[in-house]
Amino acid sequence: MRKNKTGSTIKEGMAGRIFDVCNVLFLFLLMILILIPLLHVVSASFSSPSAYVRHEGILLKPIKFCLDAYKAVARNKNILTGYTNTIFIVVVGTSLNLIMTLIAAYVLSRKNVLWSNAIMMMLVFSMYFSGGMIPFYLVVKGVGLNNSIWSLIIPGLVNTYNLIITRTAFAGVPESMEESAKLDGANHWTILWKIMFPLVKPTVAVICLYYAVSHWNSWFNAMLFIRDRSDYPLQLILREILIQNDTTSMTAGGAGDEYLISETIQYATIVVATLPILAVYPFIQKYFVKGVMIGAIKG
Amino acid sequence: MKKGNAAQLAAGTYTAVKVPFKQRVVKDFQRNWTLYLMILPILIYYAIFKFGPLFGVSIAFMDYKPARGFLGSKFVGLKHFKNFFTDFYFLRLLKNTIRISVFDLLTFPAPIMLALLINELKHKTYSRVVQTVTYMPHFISTVVICGMIRKLTGSSGGITMILSNLFGIRQEAMLNNVNNFLPIYIISEIWQSIGWNSIIYLSALAGIDQELYDAARVDGAGRLKQVLYITIPCLMPTITILLILKMGKIFNVGYEKIMLLYNPMIYEKADVINTFVYRKGLLDAQYSYSAAVGLFNCAVSYTLVTATNKISKRVNGNGLW
Repeated sequence: MRKNKTGSTIKEGMAGRIFDVCNVLFLFLLMILILIPLLHVVSASFSSPSAYVRHEGILLKPIKFCLDAYKAVARNKNILTGYTNTIFIVVVGTSLNLIMTLIAAYVLSRKNVLWSNAIMMMLVFSMYFSGGMIPFYLVVKGVGLNNSIWSLIIPGLVNTYNLIITRTAFAGVPESMEESAKLDGANHWTILWKIMFPLVKPTVAVICLYYAVSHWNSWFNAMLFIRDRSDYPLQLILREILIQNDTTSMTAGGAGDEYLISETIQYATIVVATLPILAVYPFIQKYFVKGVMIGAIKG
Repeated sequence: MKKGNAAQLAAGTYTAVKVPFKQRVVKDFQRNWTLYLMILPILIYYAIFKFGPLFGVSIAFMDYKPARGFLGSKFVGLKHFKNFFTDFYFLRLLKNTIRISVFDLLTFPAPIMLALLINELKHKTYSRVVQTVTYMPHFISTVVICGMIRKLTGSSGGITMILSNLFGIRQEAMLNNVNNFLPIYIISEIWQSIGWNSIIYLSALAGIDQELYDAARVDGAGRLKQVLYITIPCLMPTITILLILKMGKIFNVGYEKIMLLYNPMIYEKADVINTFVYRKGLLDAQYSYSAAVGLFNCAVSYTLVTATNKISKRVNGNGLW
C-alpha cells in the first residue's frame, strides 16, 4: 500500500516536471510568435529599399542597413503636424477629462445630497443605451464642432465607466477627512483638490492612462469630423500612409526608386508612430494592470 | 454601526415630522448649491452628447433632411425598418455579423488558458517576462495593427511568402480573397489581445485562497486535479461576467478594425451591420435609413446581454445585475 503511494507521487512528480518543461517551452514559442511580426517591422524599416523588395519571407534583422526610410519620414511634414495635433489632443483632452471626471465623481460620492442617486442612475442609463453612430454624428455637427479639433475632445469629455471607478475611490475616503476640513472653513472646491485628490491619486493615474490611450488611438471620430488636413491627428495620417497606401508626400522628388522606398517608408512610419508608446509601456504597465483589477472589482 | 443607527434615527425623525417634498428640495438646495453648481457643466455635457443622440434616434422613424431640420421632417413610421429587412444586403450583413462574432466568441477560452499556464510557471522572473511580452501588442493602435496586417499579408508580404512556400497559395494580397478575411481577422485579434485579456484572470487567480490548494494536496490531489477542481471553479464567476459582457458586443464586432481591413472585393464576407451603417449614413448621407439600421443593431445587442444574463443567473447564479 505504502509503496504504491510513494510510487504514484514519484510518477506524478515526473509528469509534473515534464509539464513544467513543456509549459516553459510553449510560452517561449508564444512570445516568439508575438515578437516576430514586430521584429520584422523594425528590421524592414532599417533595410535598404532595393534589398528589401528582393528578399522573401520574414526578416529577423535588417538587410543592408540603411536609414533612407527614416530620412523620408523625417522630411514628411504631415507626420510632424499629426504628432503635434495628437499631443495637443492627448494633453488637453486628458486634462479636461480628468478635471470633469473628478468633479462629477466628487459630487456624486457626497452623502446627504438629495439628487445624487437620481443623477447617477441617469448617467449609468446613458452607458447602456446610446443612439448609435448617426445620431451622434448629427449632434456633434449640430452643436457646430464639425471640422474642429475640439470635436475630438468635447464629445468624449466624461467616460461613465471611469466616473464610476473614481466615485468608488472617493467613497472609500474616510468621512472624517472631509469633516475636519469643513470645520476649518474649506469649501467643496478646496476639499476636492487639496484633500481628496491627493488621496485617490492611484485611481486617478489609472483613469488618466485610460483616457490618454483612447485619445492616442482614436481615428474614427477624426475621420468623421475633421476636414482640414492641418488638423489631422497622427492616426489619421497613419491611415493614409498605411491603409490607403499613399506615400506620395514622402517619395515625391525621388527618381525611379519611388515604389521601392515606399515599402520601407511604411515600416519606418509604423516604428516612429509606435516606439514612444512601447518605450514607456514597461514603466506604466503596472498601472494598467491595476486598472484592469479595479474594473474587475467593480464588475 | 453606531453611526448607522444615528443616521437611521435622524431619518426616522425626518419622516415622523413629514417635511414636505418641496421644502426638502429647497433645504437641500440651500445646503448643496455649490455641489450642484460644480456638476452643472457635466450634466449639460451628458444632456447634449449622451442623451441628445438618444432622442436623435427618432430620425429612424422620419424622413430626416438636414435642410428641413429635426422638427420639419416627415414622420414615416417603420418604413426604414421595412426597407432594411427587405434590403438586398440584409441577409449578407446579418450572416457576416454573426459569423465574425461567433468565431470571435470561440477565441474566448484562449486568454483563460494563457492565464492558467502563466499561473503554473514556477520561475517568477520568467513569468513577468511572458506577461510583459504578451501584453505588448495591446498598446499598438488599431490603425498601425491593420497597417501591419496589410503589409505582412500583401502580395509580397512575409506571411504570404511563407504560406505560398508551404502550401503553394498564390502570391497575391491575401485580403483580396474573400475566404481569407475571417482567419486574418480572428488570428490578428488573438495576437493582439490574448495577453491583455489574460490579466483579469491572472488577478482572479491571485485572489484564490491558498489554503484550498494545501487542503487538496493533503487529500492527495495532483496538479491537474487542483486545476480542475479548485482553480477553474474559482474562476467561474469572472468567466461568466466577461462572457456576458462579450455577448453584448456581438453585434458591435470591431467595426473600426474591419473598416481598416476590408475592401469592396471582400464585402461579401467582411461587410457587417456597423460598417454598412457608416457607408449608408455618412458616405451616402441616408441618415434616417442608417439610423434605423443602427437602432436595430442596438436592440439586438441589448436583448442578447439581457438573455445571457438571465440564462447564466439560472445556470450558475452569476450575473451582471
